Amino acid sequence: MALTRAARAPWGEAAAAWMLSAPAVLAYVLMLALPTLATVLLAFTDFELGATGFRWIGLDNFAEMLSDRGFGISLRNTLIYVGLVTPGSIAGALALALLIEAGLRGRTLFRAVFFLPVVSLTVAMAAAWQYLLHPTIGPLNAMLRLAGLGAPEWLSSSSTVLVSLAAIGIWENLGFNLVLFLAGLTAIPRELYAAAEVDGARSAWDRFRLVTWPMLGPTTLFVLTITMIRAVRVFDTVAVLTQGGPNKASQVLLYTMYEEGFTYFRLGYSAAVTLVFLAIVLAIMWLQTKLLDKRVHYV
Amino acid sequence: MSEPRPPLLRDAPRLALLALAGVIMLMPYIWMVAASMKPLDEIFRASLSLWPERFFAIENYGKVFATIPVGRYLWNGLVVCGGILFFQLLFAVPAGYALAKLRFPGKDLVFGAVMLGLLVPPHVQALPLYVAFSQVGLLNSYTALIAPFTISVFAIFLFRQFFRSLPDDLIHAARLDGFSELAIVWRVVLPNAWPAATAFAIFSVVAHWNDLFWPLIVVNGTDYATPALGVLFFRSAEAGDDFGALMAAAVIMTAPLVIAFLLAQRRFVEGIATTGLKG
Repeated sequence: MALTRAARAPWGEAAAAWMLSAPAVLAYVLMLALPTLATVLLAFTDFELGATGFRWIGLDNFAEMLSDRGFGISLRNTLIYVGLVTPGSIAGALALALLIEAGLRGRTLFRAVFFLPVVSLTVAMAAAWQYLLHPTIGPLNAMLRLAGLGAPEWLSSSSTVLVSLAAIGIWENLGFNLVLFLAGLTAIPRELYAAAEVDGARSAWDRFRLVTWPMLGPTTLFVLTITMIRAVRVFDTVAVLTQGGPNKASQVLLYTMYEEGFTYFRLGYSAAVTLVFLAIVLAIMWLQTKLLDKRVHYV
Repeated sequence: MSEPRPPLLRDAPRLALLALAGVIMLMPYIWMVAASMKPLDEIFRASLSLWPERFFAIENYGKVFATIPVGRYLWNGLVVCGGILFFQLLFAVPAGYALAKLRFPGKDLVFGAVMLGLLVPPHVQALPLYVAFSQVGLLNSYTALIAPFTISVFAIFLFRQFFRSLPDDLIHAARLDGFSELAIVWRVVLPNAWPAATAFAIFSVVAHWNDLFWPLIVVNGTDYATPALGVLFFRSAEAGDDFGALMAAAVIMTAPLVIAFLLAQRRFVEGIATTGLKG
């Protein structure tokens, strides 16, 4: 009883709060704060795993990045990948969400079908895609040959590899975005459509343009941010299917970071690449808050 | 939008379009399962028939079980996901409660740290953690696979938000009944937070069952390999050319989570949609 009363007193409450937070705070410091800080520091050293010591080399790692053709390609590929996956998976998801929402039949079924890739083991599905896209024995090219079209080497030619990976990326992200759009669509008050119709919005396109799209603004911004961040983080499919090849044509940031760090053990340089990756993620989030402040508030 | 069901005929174009998109979406699964039942010579003929002429499933799946320790990989996946989730909840639920319902000096600092932590993707900590684990000889262990993810700032944030909406009277009543703060967390607050907890659990298990990045860094060899690594190992062991067996391995490793999803579809979709924030 005495303990109970103590817990109600402010100092007792504070003690209890710190006791309850202590495990999380400890894990936070050890597994998140210190390692993140260490990565930032590493980026300014020439630390290599197995080497006896390291030197502070200031911005040399970043200077090396600028002159490193491989890094330039990796950064460019990442941006192209994001540039393909983001609009592709957002437009696709929105179109399908509108189709699903337009009627009552098959909602649960189609939602489940499109969501399936989100819960599937990416590595395993990458293997399935490898078979599907195989230049000689793959079903896709078998169909193309049947239709009298050419048989591209999807994943093994440097001109198509990035597009192929982006297609897989769209396939992976679409269901996730679809579910978010469905939630956003359900939240639009039905009266708005009725009101728009009274005001002369007769066609489906008018209703979409005047009601759905503006009301969906916050959802779309959220989906945009999250898709971009997920796309910047592309790693699994590259690691399984192409290892950055052929001839660096599918080298992306996280894979470059992985290779430099864990294949060549150049931890300092790898940390610098990590920071570029982090900077891009932070920039996307910053952009989101900027846009959020500005425009997309309608309600 | 219309309340009564429209006649099927008028609904048909919409359904046909969705069905077409659905079939395209399911293409990799369809061909994965089909190939896992075909002998290699049929696969190499690249015929477009889905059903095998010679049923070869037993051989393909048998080969997977004979070459790689499938049970071991699935077990490892279970231990790693279970361990991660256990510690995430153990650490995040009390912290989330403290941030939501208690007053204490440093609260703003802790919450600020949580918000800051939300900005940092887990890949950023990988290099120093790898060095640390290799220094203490913990590479290739459950510890290395689990420890980095024991802290989930996202879980703390989620639980804080959820606990804030719980009525204060509930907690006051528990205090009057003589509950300690710790007992309040586990016996009063958490039972009232099941929606948030299941949503987070699903999000966490899906993320870590599918993760390749971190296991690829800290694990080599089969002892601690997760299902994702298992597929990768099988592929390189088989020189990647026996597609029938490779597809069988892919089916086996994908199945547990997909089956769980099909059984609890609603919960999965809602769980991942509500926790989607972290991506």
